[in-house]
Amino acid sequence: MDWTTLQTAMAEQGYVAGDDLAMAVHLSLTLGRPLLLEGAAGVGKTDIARVLAAVQDTQLIRLQCYEGLDAQQAIYEWNYQRQLLSIRAAAEDGETGRSVEERIFSEEFLLERPLLKAIRQPEPPVLLIDEIDRADEEFEAYLLEVLSEFQITVPELGTLVATSRPIVILTANGTRDLSDALRRRCLYAHVSYPDRQTELAILKSRCAGIEAKLAGQIVGFVQSLRKEDLEKQPGIAEMLDFASALMGLGIADLTRDPVVLQATLATLLKTQTDRDNITTEVAQRLAGKAA
Amino acid sequence: MSRVTRFAARDPGPAARMGGFIAHLRDNGLRLGVGEAELALTALTHVAPCAPTEVRHALRTVCCGSAEDTARFDDLFDAFWMNGGRVAPKTTPVTAPASDHVHSSRKAQGQEAEGTAGAPTTPDAGDDPADADGDGRLLATLNDARMKKDLRDLVQHEDIAEAQQVAERLGAALRDSRSRRRRQARKGDQIHFRKLIRQSLSTGGEPIRLPRKHRPDRPLKIVTLCDVSGSMTTYAQVFLAFIAGMMRADETTDAYLFHTRLVRIADALRDRDAMRTLARLSLLADGFGGGSRIGASLMQFARGYARRFVDGRTVVLILSDGYDTESADQIGGALAALKKRGCKIIWLNPLKGWDGYEPVAQGMAAAMPHLDLFSPANTLADLAALDRELVRL
Repeated sequence: MDWTTLQTAMAEQGYVAGDDLAMAVHLSLTLGRPLLLEGAAGVGKTDIARVLAAVQDTQLIRLQCYEGLDAQQAIYEWNYQRQLLSIRAAAEDGETGRSVEERIFSEEFLLERPLLKAIRQPEPPVLLIDEIDRADEEFEAYLLEVLSEFQITVPELGTLVATSRPIVILTANGTRDLSDALRRRCLYAHVSYPDRQTELAILKSRCAGIEAKLAGQIVGFVQSLRKEDLEKQPGIAEMLDFASALMGLGIADLTRDPVVLQATLATLLKTQTDRDNITTEVAQRLAGKAA
Repeated sequence: MSRVTRFAARDPGPAARMGGFIAHLRDNGLRLGVGEAELALTALTHVAPCAPTEVRHALRTVCCGSAEDTARFDDLFDAFWMNGGRVAPKTTPVTAPASDHVHSSRKAQGQEAEGTAGAPTTPDAGDDPADADGDGRLLATLNDARMKKDLRDLVQHEDIAEAQQVAERLGAALRDSRSRRRRQARKGDQIHFRKLIRQSLSTGGEPIRLPRKHRPDRPLKIVTLCDVSGSMTTYAQVFLAFIAGMMRADETTDAYLFHTRLVRIADALRDRDAMRTLARLSLLADGFGGGSRIGASLMQFARGYARRFVDGRTVVLILSDGYDTESADQIGGALAALKKRGCKIIWLNPLKGWDGYEPVAQGMAAAMPHLDLFSPANTLADLAALDRELVRL
């Protein structure tokens, strides 16, 4: 599959990717390298993994990172409750030490967490490691090990080697700098807010019944809103919420009713300061420009 | 649109050109190695290698590692592959506008001068900044001669001993409790199931004892940046004693002085003889008591030393009054960059102790949003009282 085919396939799944992004995904697939996507929240980084899984017709395995993410949540854990029950049952049956131990530390009692699960699929899945910058440096280092070796060691079982190499997508919001080592292992793409044409295409592909005039107004309004001095800029998801709110209310023209526009801004502006900054006058000015 | 660069006939082939391109990027500050060159070549086998846009997208994906790299990549790509500064003047086709070439080659040189400070560049490219720099330095030396002070006059031996105790207490207060792995502990918040299963095997599956585990505390590293400009002279005594004490209390701490530039003083402070330490410091702190360029110094730190010494388990302690002789914007930018390293930033301002003080100095106002703690401190007792605040961080 060459990169334009991939771009079309992604568009069919409802994801409009720019040339550079499509190329990055294409290279990540052909070279078998993890792809690191960086960009502001709400530009559709996470969605790429979902769409890619759909295009490749494979499973999506997601690991959401957070501060204090530990091995038991990311890799594997023993099913302790089952182990306990099993030991009790074995004791009733008169089964003894060695064989019980072998049985309860077998794969049957192993709970797979995302990383282990991803390398033990028969078909290569898409592994999404979301918001890697939220996890701490140690986890990053461990991840590097898994991503380069594609094997995980469980002391009781030995080393589990990957049955298939997952397609790895990492996303980062830039809350902290990632290590150079991780960056070097990955291909990199910076996802920015889409330009007017792309955003219009996204809106039309997601909200099928939208009128061309309203769509143009919505995209124009959101694009100029992003140029304002905001704490949290509205992303694509917010833009889509805004569109469906307007459609739900049966609005055909943004400039018609200032009160309704101000009320629907709740879908775009998510902090108090931003709401205060975008007064009715500002909103009307932006809407007027977009019309 | 500029044309594709015409390489010399003796050019050995694509591999060497790619090597050249990677070297070109490396010269411009992108961190790339042999692995990337190989990957870039492999990547080109998967796209149409003769289509400039495809190659551009492919190489961008392989060679860039951050948003800044991405922003610069297009220019760098043009400079190398699209006729920018590579072609000898005589091979330039007459039809192409000459000004375009002059423009792009200048641009490329300018970037090179920016990216690799200290590397040899063409003389005329670096002429202007060099002159300006020379002027600035000359002025600074004049000031230095007037303002030179011996730190030994300022700091007494007893002060250091006392400061050391304070520093030890502060160091103990700064503990990170965010470790990922839990360890076995007598009193822990979670049951250590792995151990429990093992132990219960010997009692037929009856968990008699419940082993526990908790998140172990990890020590935080403290990095101190002390402002020793003119406006801070009165407080420098306390702060320097404090830093000296801190360095002696904890091996992992790191310290810097800044006025119009930034100086690393960690090594000087580790001297076992406290007074000799101060003598060495006096030599380092040339320009002590002069003007302050807080923003520039902090930026220098964030771009340089911080990359090596600051991580998520670091507390950056800034001792300054926030009076900057230059624009305040840079302070905000520098602190934001520093914050992205994942560290905590504490700003201790001696002026905050004054009645009715408001952080209205532009520098201070720019810094406020990035601070984890903003506190007064102008005596050793104030510093000692900080430990309760630090525990809460």
